[in-house]
Amino acid sequence: MLKFILRRTLLMIPQIILVSILVFMLAKAMPGDALTGAFQGNPDANPEQIEKIREKMGLNDPWYQQYGRWLGNAVQGDFGQSYVHKQPVTHLLAGKIENTLLLSFFTLIITYLIAIPLGIIAGRWTDTWADKIIVTYTYFAFATPIFVFALLMMFFFSFILDWLPYSGSVDIKIETGTWDYFVSRARHLALPVLSGALISTVTTIQYLRNDMIDQKLKDFVKTARAKGVPERKVYTRHILRNSLLPIAAFLGYEITGLIGGSVFIETIYSYPGLGYLFIQSIQTRDFTVVTSLVLISATATIVGTMLSDIILSIVDPRIRIE
Amino acid sequence: MKNPVLEINDLRTSFNIKGNYYAAVDGVSLTVHENEVVAVVGESGCGKSALANSIMGLHNLKNTKLEGQINFGNQNLLELSLAKLNKIRGKDIAMIFQDPMTALNPLATIGRQIEEPMDYHLKLSATEKKNRTLELLRRVGIKNEQRVYDQYPHELSGGMRQRVVIAVALSCDPVLLLADEPTTALDVTIQAQIMDLMKELQNQMKTGIILITHDLGVVAEMADRVVVMYAGEVVEIADVKDLFENPLHPYTRSLLNSIPSNLEAKEKLHVIDGIVPSLQNLDRTGCRFAPRIAWIPEEDHEERPEMHEAEPNHFVRCSCYKTFYFPEDRVGEIDYVTTKN
Repeated sequence: MLKFILRRTLLMIPQIILVSILVFMLAKAMPGDALTGAFQGNPDANPEQIEKIREKMGLNDPWYQQYGRWLGNAVQGDFGQSYVHKQPVTHLLAGKIENTLLLSFFTLIITYLIAIPLGIIAGRWTDTWADKIIVTYTYFAFATPIFVFALLMMFFFSFILDWLPYSGSVDIKIETGTWDYFVSRARHLALPVLSGALISTVTTIQYLRNDMIDQKLKDFVKTARAKGVPERKVYTRHILRNSLLPIAAFLGYEITGLIGGSVFIETIYSYPGLGYLFIQSIQTRDFTVVTSLVLISATATIVGTMLSDIILSIVDPRIRIE
Repeated sequence: MKNPVLEINDLRTSFNIKGNYYAAVDGVSLTVHENEVVAVVGESGCGKSALANSIMGLHNLKNTKLEGQINFGNQNLLELSLAKLNKIRGKDIAMIFQDPMTALNPLATIGRQIEEPMDYHLKLSATEKKNRTLELLRRVGIKNEQRVYDQYPHELSGGMRQRVVIAVALSCDPVLLLADEPTTALDVTIQAQIMDLMKELQNQMKTGIILITHDLGVVAEMADRVVVMYAGEVVEIADVKDLFENPLHPYTRSLLNSIPSNLEAKEKLHVIDGIVPSLQNLDRTGCRFAPRIAWIPEEDHEERPEMHEAEPNHFVRCSCYKTFYFPEDRVGEIDYVTTKN
C-alpha cells in the first residue's frame, strides 16, 4: 500500500510537468498579455513605454524560455507576481484557498447528506411515489444549469425572503475569531453551499439508485434471503455495502470536481475563492495567476484519481493493493 | 413409511406477464420424507427452479401469485409472515444455489458468510460460531480451513466456492435441503467431487433433500425418488430404480432415450421434437406433451390428464403412455416388411 502511494506520487511529477507545459502554452496563446489587460484603452499609456516594460519583463521571449524561467521559480515555491494585484501569486492564493476549501468541504458534506439517503430510498423502494419524486428531482437538477439555479436561489432567498446574504464570505467590520464572525461566515456560506449541493447530488443519487436496483437481483442477495436474514439487514449488509463501492470510488473525483465546479458558484455569489479569482484573472489576462490556478486544479485531479484508487482498494477486497 | 418432512399440495406459482398471471408451477403435489432424496428433473423452463423458489419464499410477491399449500411441520409456509418464514429458512430449510461464482457476497469473508445464518438462528458466542464454521469447512472437504475462513470469495476456485455454498446451507443443521442444480455451473471433474460430497453429507446428516437437476446421471447416483416435470406439471413420480428400468410417461422415455450411450451404438441420438412452450404460449388443456409427440393419435390422450398409479408407487399422468412408441423404432419394421414383399 505504502509502496503504491509512493509510486503514484512519483508518477504525478511528470504528469504535472506535462500539464504545466500545456497550461503555460495555452495561457500564452490567449490574445493579449498582462499589460494589455492593465492598460487597454487607457489614453495616458504610452505604447513605447509599454513595449519597453514588455521587453524588460521577458514577455517577448519565446515561450520555452519563459516557461523555463517560470518552472525554475515555481520549483522554489515562487509562482511569480500577479500583474494586476501587484503581489506574489502564493500570497494572493493563500487567502482564497481557505475560502474555497471551506465551500467545497461543506458542499461535499451536504451533497452526501442529501444524496445518500435519497439514493437509498429510491433504490430500495423502486417505483413507489417516493422514488418517482426523487427521480423527477434528479432530472430537473440534471437539466438545470448551475448558474441559472444559483441565480434563482439568490433571487428567492436573498431578494424576496431576505434571509441570507448574496455576496462575499463574511460581513465587513466583524472581528476575526468571535462568535459573530463565525455566524456571519456560516450565513455567507449557506446559499453557495446549498446551490452547489442541490445540483451535485444528481450523480450520486442516480448512481446509488441504479446500483441498488442492480445489486438487488444478484444471486448473493437471494442467498442472504435463503439464510433467513431479515429484509432490513439484507439491504444494509448485502445490497447497500456493494452499492456504496462506486460512490466511495467517486469520492476522490468529487473533491476535484468541487474545486473546478466552484467557478460558477463563486462568481455568482462573488465569493472570494479560487474560482472567482480564476474568472477575474482571465478577464484581466493575469496569466501568472491563471497558470497557477489551472495547475492547482490539475494537481487536484491527479491527486483525486489517486485518492479514488486508494479508497476503492480499502473498501473492495477484490482490488486490494498489496 | 418414514415421516414426511415437506408436503406440497396443488402448488400453483404464477407470474405476472403484462397484466396476466401465467402458472409456471401448475398444480404440483409432492412429498419429501425424512432422509429421502427426491430429484426433480425436467428441461429448462419446466418450472423446477420456480418450485424451489416457492418453497423458500424467494419470489418477488409483487408479480408472483402463490396458491395451494406447502406444509412444513404443522405450518403452511405460504401463509407465514416474512418474519416467521425467516425463522425457518436458513435453519430448518436451507438452499444450495446453482452458481457458486455469484452466490457469495464478494465483500464478506468466507467465515462471515457461513456464520451469518447462525447469527439469526442459533445462540452462540463468537468463538463457538468460529469453531462451528471451521468444523463445517472441514466437513465440506476444505483442508486449510483456518486460511479459507479469512479469505474472500474471489480468492477461491469454483469448486471451493461451491463447497462454501454447501457449508452455508448446512450451517444450522437443516432438516430439508433444496439443491437447485448444484453442479450445473461446475466443470465435470468438480461436478463428480461435489456430488460425492453431497452423498457423503446426506449419509451422515440424514436430511431430506430436494435435488433439482436436468442431469439424469446425477439423479441415478443420488436420488431415492424421482419427480419428472414438464411444462409446470408433474408427469411421473417413481422410485429411482423403477424410473430408469421402466419409464412410463412419453416425456420420461424421450428424455432417457436422448442420453448418449456407449453400450449400444445407435446411429442417431433421439431428439425430442419442438421446444418447451413459453408460459404465455402454453396450451393448458389436454396433455401438455401431446404437441411434441404428434404421431400419437389424439384419442390416446386424456381430455383432462390425471395422475394414475400405474404400478405400486409409480405414478404417471395421462393415458398416452399406454400406446406410446418412438417412430424411429417402427421405421425399421416397415422397411423390413416392404423389402420382403
